[in-house]
This record gives sequence, C-alpha cells and structure tokens, in this order.
Amino acid sequence: MTARRSIRRRLFFQLAGVAALLSLTFFLVLRSVAERAAEGTQDGILSASATAMADSLRSVADGVTLDLPYSALSMLGSVGQDRVFYRVVVDGQTLTGYDDLPLPSDIPSNGEPKFDTLAFRGDKVRVAVVSRTIGSLGSLIRADVAVAQTREALAATSRRITAIATGVGVGFFVLATLLSLWAAQSALAPIDRMTAAVTRRGPKDLRPVTTDTPTELVPLVDALNSFMSRLRASLLRTEDFIAEAAHRVRTPLATVRTQAEVTHHKLTKPEHKAAIREMIRAIDESARSAGQMLDHAMVTFRADSLAKDALDLVQLTTEACNRLAPTAELKDNTILRSQPDHPVTFHGDGILLQAALLNILDNAIKYSPADSDVFVSVTEGDEICLSVTDAGRGFGGVDVSRLTQRYQRGTNVGDIVGSGLGLTIADEVARAHGGRLAIAENPKGQGACVSLFLPR
Amino acid sequence: MRLAFLAALIWSCLSLPIRAFEVEDRVLYPASPAISELRILSTTDRAAFEPIILAFQAAHPGIAVDYTIASTTELMTALHDEGAVFDLAISSAMDLQTKLANDGFALTYSAANTGALPDWANWRKQVFAFTQEPAVLVVSDRFFASGTAPRTRDDLIDLLRADPDRFQGRVGTYDIRNSGFGYLMATQDSRNSQAFWRLMEVMGRLEAKLYCCSGDMIRDVSSGELALAYNVLGTYAAAQQALGVGIQIVVLEDYANVMMRTALIPVTARNVPDAQKMIDFLNALGTRPDLVAASGLAAIDQTALRENTALRPIRFGPGLLVFLDQLRRKNFLRNWQNSLFQE
Repeated sequence: MTARRSIRRRLFFQLAGVAALLSLTFFLVLRSVAERAAEGTQDGILSASATAMADSLRSVADGVTLDLPYSALSMLGSVGQDRVFYRVVVDGQTLTGYDDLPLPSDIPSNGEPKFDTLAFRGDKVRVAVVSRTIGSLGSLIRADVAVAQTREALAATSRRITAIATGVGVGFFVLATLLSLWAAQSALAPIDRMTAAVTRRGPKDLRPVTTDTPTELVPLVDALNSFMSRLRASLLRTEDFIAEAAHRVRTPLATVRTQAEVTHHKLTKPEHKAAIREMIRAIDESARSAGQMLDHAMVTFRADSLAKDALDLVQLTTEACNRLAPTAELKDNTILRSQPDHPVTFHGDGILLQAALLNILDNAIKYSPADSDVFVSVTEGDEICLSVTDAGRGFGGVDVSRLTQRYQRGTNVGDIVGSGLGLTIADEVARAHGGRLAIAENPKGQGACVSLFLPR
Repeated sequence: MRLAFLAALIWSCLSLPIRAFEVEDRVLYPASPAISELRILSTTDRAAFEPIILAFQAAHPGIAVDYTIASTTELMTALHDEGAVFDLAISSAMDLQTKLANDGFALTYSAANTGALPDWANWRKQVFAFTQEPAVLVVSDRFFASGTAPRTRDDLIDLLRADPDRFQGRVGTYDIRNSGFGYLMATQDSRNSQAFWRLMEVMGRLEAKLYCCSGDMIRDVSSGELALAYNVLGTYAAAQQALGVGIQIVVLEDYANVMMRTALIPVTARNVPDAQKMIDFLNALGTRPDLVAASGLAAIDQTALRENTALRPIRFGPGLLVFLDQLRRKNFLRNWQNSLFQE
C-alpha cells in the first residue's frame, strides 16, 4: 500500500483556497461598494452646493447677480478639509468665482448635475456643474454653476476603507482557514476512530467492526467485516479440523498403547522390550501432542467469547496440583503449595485457566529431576500471580519470549517428550484474560519460574 | 495674468491699483551670531508680538527675525497677488488666511504639538490658530458710569435711539472697506443676527466715525472723542485698559464673535524649518502665561469657550470664502454703505 495523497491535506487546501478566493472577492466588493458610497457622498454634497448657488441666481437691471449662500460653501467643509473652488458662468462670461476653473463638457441643460474629475491648480478636483436658464430683460440667458473640491478626504476615506477591508478580508481568511482545518479534521475523525478501534484489537480478534461508521464508509466497513467473517470462518474450520484430527488420533492411540503394554509384559528378550518401550514413548508423545492441540483449539475457541465466572484461584490451583500429584509421585516429585488462607476471587474462564495451569505444572514436573520439589504459589499484589517454580534445567539462557510461540521449544530439551504448545496455551489464556505470562529462570537457583499474571 | 486679473476683481472695490503692498512698520531682531533669518509678515502690532519674538529667540538662539507689519488686506495682496517672499504670515483675518490656503498659497505642516490644541484650531494643517480674541464693545468712562454700559446689541440700539443728540458723531466702528478684520467681523455679525443691520442704520444716523484699526478707536474712546466703539479687537482694548486710559470693555452677552489669530507658511517661504519652529512655539502659547500677559494675546482656551456660550469662535472652513466672493462682497458692502451713509 502506498500513501500518496492525504485526504486531510487536500481537503484543507481546497477549503483554504476557496476561503482565500472568497476573502479576496469580499475585499474587492467591500472596497468598491464603500468607495462608490464615499464618492457618491462627495458628489451629493457638490451637486447640492451647485444647486444652492444656481437657485440664488437672480436677474437684476444690469444682468444677472448672485448672493452666494453661506451654506453653499460651508456644507463642503462638512466632510473634510478639502480645498473648494467654484465658478459661475453666465452667457459665456465668468460672473464670479475662479475664472480658470475648467468645466466638464456636455453640461445637460435640464438642470441635472454633471460630474467630472479634472485637473486644477496641480490637484485633481471633482467638479459638479448644473445649468439654469434665467430670464433677463425679456431674453433667456444660460448660466452654468460649477463647484469643485479636491479629493483628499476621499483619498483618506479610501485608505481607511482599504485598511478596514484588508483587515476584514485577512481576518475572514484566517478564520475560514482555521475552520477548514477543523472541518478537515472533524470530517476525517471517524476514520481515525475506526483506525484506532481496529488497531486496538488483538491479533485474534476477528469480530465485525461496530464503531460508528459514516455513511460514506459503510461499504468499506461492510467489505472489511465480510472479509473478516470469512477469515474467521476459515480459521475456525482449521481449528475444528485440528481438534477433530487430534481427537480421532488420540482414541486409537490409547488402544495401541494398551496393546503395546500388554505385549511388553509378554516379551522376554530385552531388545524386544526396549523396542516396545520406545514405541510406547512415541505413542505417549503423540497422545500428549494431540491433547495439547485439543487444548489449544479449545483456548482459541473459548477466548473469542470469554466467560466471566467468579473463580477462586486458590481452589483452582489446589485442584490442578491434586490432578497432577499422581504424575509427580511417579518421579518422586513433591508439589509444594503456598496459598493465601482466603479465597482469591477472579472473574474469568475456569476451564481455560485450569488448562493453562495444568500445562505449566505439567511442564514443571516434566523437566524436574527425580526427587525434587515443584513449588506452586498464589500471591496477590497489584496483579494476581500464579507462579510455578521447578528445580529443572531451566532454559539454558535462550530467548524466553520465543517459547510462547507455537511449536517452539527450548534448545536443551531434546530428550524429553514435548509438543511446544504448553506455554503457548498458557500465554494465550493469560492474554485472553488481560494478563501476561512471565517466563524466567528460577531466581533461587537451578530451574525455571513460569508466572501467570492476572489483573485484579 | 489670470491671478492678477482675479485679484483686480477682488480688490476693485477698494479702488486700489495693482502696486507693491503697503508696509506699516518693519523691525529687525538680530541674533548674534545669526545662523538663519526668519521673515515674518504680520498684522499684529509690534507691542503685542515683540515679547513672543524675544522669547522665541531665547528658545532658538541664532535665528534673526525680520518682522514686517502690514494691514490684513495688504498682507493678502502681498501673498496672493504679488508673490512676496516671507517665511511666515500671521494675520487676524481668518477668512483671508483661509483663502490663501484654499487657493494653494500655503505649505502643509504636521505640527508636532498641535495635539494640545483642538482639531478646529487648524485648517488643512496649513492655517494654524494660536489665539482667541473676542470682538468687543469699548465704551468711554466719561459717557458711562461703571455698570451702565449696554450689555447686548438690542440694549445698545435702544440706548443710541433714545438719546441721539448725546451720541451724534460719538460712535465709531471699523471701515470694513479697508479693514479685513472689520469686514470679517461685520460679515460674521450679519450671519449671527439681524440686529447688526439695525445697529448699522442707527450708527449711520448718528454719523458714526469709521476707523482702519482698533488702536485708533481705543485712542479716541479713551480721549472722550468717542462714547463707544463697536467691534474692537478685545485683546488690544484689554492691553490699553490695563494702562488706565478710562475705557470699559463690554463682551456683549447676546453673542461675541471670537477671532483667532492664525499663522501660515506661504509657498514662497525660504526658511521653512524656522517657520515651523515658530508655529510650534505659537501653538504652545497656552503653556506660557508670561507671554500671554506680556503680549496681551489670549491663547486658545477651550474651557473659557465652554463656560461662556455667548463666545462664538469663528470656525475654519470653506464657509469663510463666501464673503470673499466678488459679487457677495460687492453686495455686502453696498448694503453696509446704504445702512451707514443715509442721504
């Protein structure tokens, strides 16, 4: 599998890109609207001023005169401190004002204001001009009134607007980017959750994934679940087959062993007896392997849906010791127990724990030299510890972690019958209960110490 | 040429030909050693401004000051029409200073300590106001016992109407045809109250005497030549009153126009840095009570304006240009003359 493109990153960059585009658009629109409004304000005041002047025009005996209204110019000071100019042209002659003020071309004669931006005395000025027709001495005269203002206040307003628009745009972009980040994160959170849920599973956990699944991922999860159920079925079939095969092998082996023992008694020649003993040994080994395979299959099966019965571990160890006491006695081994005098309660699967304990104890007896002690202890600390110590040969310093793998045996055990499944079973039982199996050399001398730690 | 033509139009009513502007006085304040020279064209009397110049030189040694005094209209002529070279122009005619700035004859300066002054104390960072001086009524002790002087324009009109014989030829005011300050006060009066025109008519009937300057009016009031003078510059009157010349100063209670003396740096300025220093110095006048006392020029004081609502400071703005309009000025002067010179 190759991870080329991150959905999160792509989602983030696409959202941030959209945010940037929107911010820019927002900035441009805001600025253009606000500047147009500011320009409109200036135009409005200019045209009001020009209209006020035009309305004050009156005809007198020697032509037309104008009493410049105070408000006509003072209103121009309401926005800023721009320079103002005006010019009144009557019949082509400048009546009053700045006679070099340029007038916009094509002044409408219907009294509507006409605006233009022109250069005057080294500055850009906004000019509004209105036209009036005045009756004088029986004839009609045309008068044009122009009012002009520099654009410094407008420029200042524009700078302020640009600054605000920039601030708003950048703020919007930053906010949108943060939200994109959050959106990308939260959109992909279910995937992270599912990943965590799947990762947390043990290696044997093949139950269907049941975490909250977003609609888009349902097909993927369904496919995964269906795959896992097929895998699980396949594994179960394999385990079933092994168990069945072991069972089928064990029963005839018992018959063969009995017959071999009978034959052993009948035979007189030592070499024949030795051959038969060898045969019995091989049969034992096979029976034992078959038994452990059965145990292992059982562990695999039961661990899937672990029982949570209340168990007394003291009683459990006592039973295990009692069951193996005859085997120990054959080798003159003594099983010594060190248990608390009160029940130690643990919730778990009694059959599995019994199997684990029997396997550990069986191993210990198997590797113990004749006439030695096997020490079994139950202690309570942060965890409950079921510990079995023998005085055998130990592990010869090999990597003990390997011993819990299937069919792995120590390097110093060639002369002893074993399948390599015993510690694997114990380990799996421990894990199924949320505990662990610790394998170590006997801290008090020769031998091994195998401990089953269970959580309290 | 066009500017000259425009100027001719503006000042045509003064019937003055285009000529070099008239200087009233010129004083040199040397510095030793003189590193630079600051040329000031001002309408402010020498007596009022000399303490400020000396304090300025004390604060900035090495600046020689060439102080030229002219009337407000002559100052306008010099800067607007003749392109006279000065580093600083100080005038009591706010409208003319505003027009200079509006027409592009002033340099912009972002003054360092204008922060101490209200926003309305400068226009376009080109015209800087540094005093506030009300236009007042000055009455003679010989005509008015203490406490009997009129307190409003209506009182004044009633008083003049009631006793025309007593006041015949005994009232004075500015000849607004020749005085920029007088014209500014008269136009502001006409905006504020209709009483102004009635007052002018009453004064006209009493054959009011017309003056070019506040100083002359105060002199004639103190000598008893005049019973009262209207629209006198309050700061000058206060300075004279302090000398004990037998005058009373009345700040009329209906309203009193408050003029602000302003400074600007003409575009012809050659020593801009020193002019800027002077503007900074003038802006800080409020922090120098000694100079206020010595010059008799009142610094801008917002508290005083808030406390006495009758004080109406003349605001900067394009509105000040209205009465400088050629036609408007012609019509205003005609109305004024019709009121004052009755056949």
